[in-house]
Amino acid sequence: MQHLIDRLMGRNTPPSSAQIAKERLQLVLVHDRLDLAPDKLKEMEEEILDVISKYVHFDRSNVAITVEQRKRNSWLVADIPLKADE
Amino acid sequence: MGARVITVTSGKGGVGKTTVTANICVALAAMGKKVVAIDADIGLRNLDVILGLENRIVYDIVDVVEGRCKLRQAMIKHKAYSELYLIPAAQTRDKTAVSPSDMLDITAKLREEYDFILIDSPAGIERGFRNAVAPSDEVLIVANPEVSSVRDADRIIGLLEAEEKGPGKLIVNRVKMDMIRRGEMLSMDDVVDILAISLIGVVPEDDEVLTSSNRGEPAAGNSNSKAGQAFRNIARRLNGEEVPFMSLDQSEGFVQRLVRLLFGTTNSAS
Repeated sequence: MQHLIDRLMGRNTPPSSAQIAKERLQLVLVHDRLDLAPDKLKEMEEEILDVISKYVHFDRSNVAITVEQRKRNSWLVADIPLKADE
Repeated sequence: MGARVITVTSGKGGVGKTTVTANICVALAAMGKKVVAIDADIGLRNLDVILGLENRIVYDIVDVVEGRCKLRQAMIKHKAYSELYLIPAAQTRDKTAVSPSDMLDITAKLREEYDFILIDSPAGIERGFRNAVAPSDEVLIVANPEVSSVRDADRIIGLLEAEEKGPGKLIVNRVKMDMIRRGEMLSMDDVVDILAISLIGVVPEDDEVLTSSNRGEPAAGNSNSKAGQAFRNIARRLNGEEVPFMSLDQSEGFVQRLVRLLFGTTNSAS
């Protein structure tokens, strides 16, 4: 009954096991497809940021580096807001 | 040109490759196509028993490769479908008894005379898989809506792309519509999203598949079987027909639907 009330009120229900399966698969396949373990990916990101920081200023806490899947291709996407030179 | 060579593979074992191969062969033969089924799972022969031909084997594919018989002598004619033949795997040898170029030679000799050559691949990504894929024009990847099977299917698709045989087309096998409705099983849309390849078949879980395998008469020949219908639909799609996919709402009655709409998933995580 509580469930019905939740549904009618439009409250969020916890993710289903199918949703969890889908999310877990999408994550693991990123690394399978690249043949790169999560810690190696992290290491690469740090190295990339080290190189960039030699040339321009940016806030490391504001950086987003992700691997996106477009069809069956993987894209390394870096979003790095730069700071004006002080 | 002639026949299209279609390899059925999956990576993971136990997802229904052999059953799918047997059923598509039967469905194509029932449409009047000339079909050869090749069991490439050397050492673990099974396509013969699913097709009900296990008592007729005299020669196998390794006998052909090693010159102990002519190709025609190893081709077993099906009892019920006069234009369906099986080339059985050897039972007492291993995958190295056949090479990818042997598979190319065998299929080359059959292409002119037949419409479809289906190859049942062994599980795994080693020699047996490479043998099965070497002569293929198209690859069908069988996956169950389950995490380990989908992950292995992704690996297989990657290997196929690397060999320029990919990406292949997807068959989601052993789908349980009621579990999908309750959010307890990946849907075919989920699997297609994750693997990013096109779908050619959705086969529901169906007890008839087991009982028909018991008898050696694939479910595709049974007009009352839901899975049989799904296999016949795959055969028609392979033949170039547009056949709509089974929807989630099929097989759900009015009362069931009402209950689902009112109560949502019946078994939420708590």
